[in-house]
Amino acid sequence: MSEEIKAHITGVVFQIPTKKGDKVGAGDPVIVLESMKMEIPVEAPRAGVVREIRVQEGQTVQEGDTVAVLD
Amino acid sequence: MRTVLVANRGEIARRVFRACRRLDLATVAVYSEADRDAPHVRDADQAILLGPAPARDSYLDIDKLLDAARRSGADAVHPGYGFLSENWRFADAVARAGLTFVGPTAEAVRAMGDKTEARRLMANAGVPTVPGSVGPIAAAAEAEALAAAIGFPLVFKAAGGGGGIGMARVDKLTDLAGAFAAATRRAQSAFGNAAVYVERYLERPRHVEVQVFADTHRTVVHLHERECSIQRRHQKLIEESPAPNLPASTKRGLTEAAVMGARAIGYVNAGTMEFLVDATGEFYFLEMNTRIQVEHPVTEEVTGLDLVAEQLRVAAGERLAWRQEEIAQRGAAIEVRVYAEDPDRNFLPSPGTITRLVLPGGEGIRVESGVESGSVVSVHYDPLLFKLIARGADRDGALARMRAALEATVVEGVRTTVPFLRKALDHPDVRRGALHTQMVDQGAFR
Repeated sequence: MSEEIKAHITGVVFQIPTKKGDKVGAGDPVIVLESMKMEIPVEAPRAGVVREIRVQEGQTVQEGDTVAVLD
Repeated sequence: MRTVLVANRGEIARRVFRACRRLDLATVAVYSEADRDAPHVRDADQAILLGPAPARDSYLDIDKLLDAARRSGADAVHPGYGFLSENWRFADAVARAGLTFVGPTAEAVRAMGDKTEARRLMANAGVPTVPGSVGPIAAAAEAEALAAAIGFPLVFKAAGGGGGIGMARVDKLTDLAGAFAAATRRAQSAFGNAAVYVERYLERPRHVEVQVFADTHRTVVHLHERECSIQRRHQKLIEESPAPNLPASTKRGLTEAAVMGARAIGYVNAGTMEFLVDATGEFYFLEMNTRIQVEHPVTEEVTGLDLVAEQLRVAAGERLAWRQEEIAQRGAAIEVRVYAEDPDRNFLPSPGTITRLVLPGGEGIRVESGVESGSVVSVHYDPLLFKLIARGADRDGALARMRAALEATVVEGVRTTVPFLRKALDHPDVRRGALHTQMVDQGAFR
């Protein structure tokens, strides 16, 4: 079952430490946002495999936007 | 010196423009595409667009700033705080371009920016420092040897860092090697410099700092102390002067050490010597900020002096207008920082548009704001919206005025620290002035 991972704040994509096919554990940072000089990780809600990364470094995302999909 | 370019935005740019007007200096604002409609742009005689919103393409771009100075005919640059204010390459580039940098020499900025170098220089000058390594640690074994001498808990800090980023506390010997490796990795990724040093970790210290000021004629004075213990993530939220319940001997020691330290490095212009003070009143040098600070207004309110105007005068080569014995600390003043952050979500940033803004006023209240109703609070910059400063005949008087000011403050459209600040000022430990730097993180105000 796949699950969309959503940004919990508005920010700019600072880093993408994962890629398609990576195994992640619950709480692992899937992407890192930067907002107001703070780096804020968007974490995997559960263990799984990254099926898709929907953002690129430098892109602005709004709170609630899907940034990645977990299988 | 005739025309001052302020390489900054928000409330501090406006504060510097005000001081310039007082001294009949012409003003130049710079701005990014995100700040076209920002109040600081309208405040200046001229305004120059730097570039796109991200800070590295605008407020952090040294070439663009120097070009803006040339185009506007500015002969001096005030860096404000944050951005390039503590970047020695910027201070150096400004001087090499034949302009006056309103601040210390590039060399002083460089020396104090390297935290292990700063510790070494201050220890040599006789300023107490936290027991720890003299310079960066090369291997975990070196840290283990030090731990045997100074004991646990310890903390690893990034030599090229600051602001608490990359700090790692270690409570026992078996954790030391792992913590050293992790701190090195973090320092490299955050600051591009893997060097770390180690210090004894102080439990529940107070943060007390001393405002110093020096001119190019070798006069160094202090403007008393500020208490800045109420912090989250090592960023200050509430500051005051005088520091409550500070033993007289500690205060004397702090101010003497601060002047001694500034003198030892040939410091010029406004600077702040930050110290940690433990429960016994012992104090230790933490770092020196080589710029005007966010919290400078509390010092202005208790001394009646204009620090920013004096920065400009000293940068122009004039002698300090104040003698030490004339600098009095009268009454009390407190400052709160209103950030666009959600205190209920662990101070997560809250960008957006300010749909309604009501700022307080009246006797003893000062407001320093970079925003107005309709301002867009961008993800690209620091979340500070405005500061409120309250003055009183004594601490209770200043606190009472601040509580009323916060009640009168309305910010809609973004989350702010206002509810947190109201709660904090009502806390019994804050009321009686029993403060330490871990209060917020330990949940004292939840």
